[in-house]
Amino acid sequence: MSQTFDEISSQLRKRHRRSARLKWISMGALGLAGLFLLWFFSDMLGKGLPAFQQAQIQVEVDYNEDASRMGRAALDPDLSRLVSRTFERMIPVQIRENPELLGTSETRWVLANAQVDQYLKGHRHKLNEQQVVLVDELLAEGRVELKFNTNFFTTGDSKMAEASGILSAAVGTVMTMLVTLAIAFPIGVMTAVYLEEFAPDNRFTQLIEININNLAAIPSILFGLLGLAIFINFFGVPRSTPLVGGMTLALMTLPVIIIATRTALRSVPDSIRHAAFGVGCSRWQVVRDHVLPLAMPGIMTGSIIGLAQAMGETAPLIIVGMVAFIPDVGASFTEAATVLPAQIFTWAGEPEKAFVEKTAGGILVLLTILIFLNATAVILRKKFERRW
Amino acid sequence: MNMQAAPRQTIGAAPEVGQPHTRNESACHDLSIRVRDLNLWYGESQALKGLNIDLFQKNVTALIGPSGCGKSTFLRCLNRMNDLIPSVRIEGLVEMDGRDVNQVKMDEVALRRRVGMVFQKPNPFPKSIYENIAYAPRMHDLVSRKPEQDELVEKALRDAGLWEEVKDKLHQPGTSLSGGQQQRLCIARAIAVQPDVILMDEPTSALDPISTATIEDLMDRLKEQFTIITVTHNMQQAARVADYTAFFHLGEIIEYNDTKTMFANPATKKAEDYITGRYG
Repeated sequence: MSQTFDEISSQLRKRHRRSARLKWISMGALGLAGLFLLWFFSDMLGKGLPAFQQAQIQVEVDYNEDASRMGRAALDPDLSRLVSRTFERMIPVQIRENPELLGTSETRWVLANAQVDQYLKGHRHKLNEQQVVLVDELLAEGRVELKFNTNFFTTGDSKMAEASGILSAAVGTVMTMLVTLAIAFPIGVMTAVYLEEFAPDNRFTQLIEININNLAAIPSILFGLLGLAIFINFFGVPRSTPLVGGMTLALMTLPVIIIATRTALRSVPDSIRHAAFGVGCSRWQVVRDHVLPLAMPGIMTGSIIGLAQAMGETAPLIIVGMVAFIPDVGASFTEAATVLPAQIFTWAGEPEKAFVEKTAGGILVLLTILIFLNATAVILRKKFERRW
Repeated sequence: MNMQAAPRQTIGAAPEVGQPHTRNESACHDLSIRVRDLNLWYGESQALKGLNIDLFQKNVTALIGPSGCGKSTFLRCLNRMNDLIPSVRIEGLVEMDGRDVNQVKMDEVALRRRVGMVFQKPNPFPKSIYENIAYAPRMHDLVSRKPEQDELVEKALRDAGLWEEVKDKLHQPGTSLSGGQQQRLCIARAIAVQPDVILMDEPTSALDPISTATIEDLMDRLKEQFTIITVTHNMQQAARVADYTAFFHLGEIIEYNDTKTMFANPATKKAEDYITGRYG
């Protein structure tokens, strides 16, 4: 007995309803995730964007005899409480380096302190009533202003919120990543090439493969402990340096690069290998001249993603001492340094309110770099995508 | 089990079907590859069972037979491409130039220089047409200077009948050519290292009839310089291009004879049934 369309439809209705419900649930999940992301970004932007502006104040600087001992004496006593102490401290140094300044005076824009800055941005501040009145007056005269915060990008960390910047952390990150790349990329690629193209498929190599996959999932802090135990305690690599940080992160990045490289090598069709063997290539020539060039975009993509992951890593670096107060931009791989996420971590722990926006600002910088890196990976992949 | 029923697997040794037109009378061909008692196992299963065959120089030998009969496997034994498959075990003699190619002492790279290969699916390197040809001779130090290299590329492409079509676009990727052109590029690539033998594993099965005809003409011309051993599923093709034909079945060579005899008067029932299309 065959059924009519109506009969069948009525039976199907329940099934259709169920699939519609599932569709709505999955769309809801996606929407929720999107909402969280939006919230996160708007919060970060809202908190972080003000960090790219900093209050400056126009003051009369009088390079007198007293100022050469105590910078504060160069300024009007009322105004001096509104000026950043980092500036006041620099006055005696300037006079010492440049004695002809003594006896002169100039009007210039200088960094205001964090309280003025926070007041102008409408955040909580610790100015007293007279100071508020004074700042309002200066504001009306145009002698206090929020200006673009070049300081944030050109200086290192500071105990004064208004004077702290991310340059030392950014340089530390670059140096650490260079070390990571220099170690993890060649070792990772060669390991993958060996496992994929040369090694026999036996128990032993399978064991290695399982272990590599496991390594990629190990909590990163354990790599930090490994770095501490082996690199610092055993080999005596100086702690807190880009060298030891880079080596530790290289351990963490290695499995990522190995797995990405193996996938890329596997996606090169065997017909290419056969063609190369067929014209009398040795195994190494097959790999070097044919397989590796074709796999390179995939390898690059995986390595960049691995590197981006390492760049955002903090836990292992805490263990090897890279979370430190580093006001000066590092010049070598064996000098103490910090990295962007560690700097963010440090700022997040500061009790002073003005550091909140520094924290968010640092996160924005880090996110921008990571998005840039990941976009590069995606573009590389798209550009060299190949069909056989 | 059919070994007894099969004739001795050498040319002209099918006495029960005497042929007026066997070509081996007129041409006394030089031996290229001698195979004796060749057995091959994939893991536990035996794919080739006691093969004996003499392959002759500057001829086209076609290997025919139903799918899975071991003809491609046998072909790959001749330049040790089976080495790439870990589970393969080979016993027996494959002799070329008085040397056993399966010996450990034999360098498979050296072997593959003398025994080139063309595959079922055209597989040019994803490089330029020029580079596809020039790569291997450069690697083997057959050419040193650029003009030499240019000359060799042109010669190989001319021999493969591709020169006129590609001479203006030598630096375009080899993969931009049509399927038939790609296969001729692969042939040019194989002959560029001046091998003695060219193995072809169903070289036309991925091509249209016109490209197929071109390749067949090409094989006819190339056999003046090279020994060609081709696997084919196409009976007519074997009849058209091959001087000798070997019929494989279940890992054994059932019949090996010159092509005319084989197709006009097969000595075995199995070969006759296959050739007439009763199975396969």
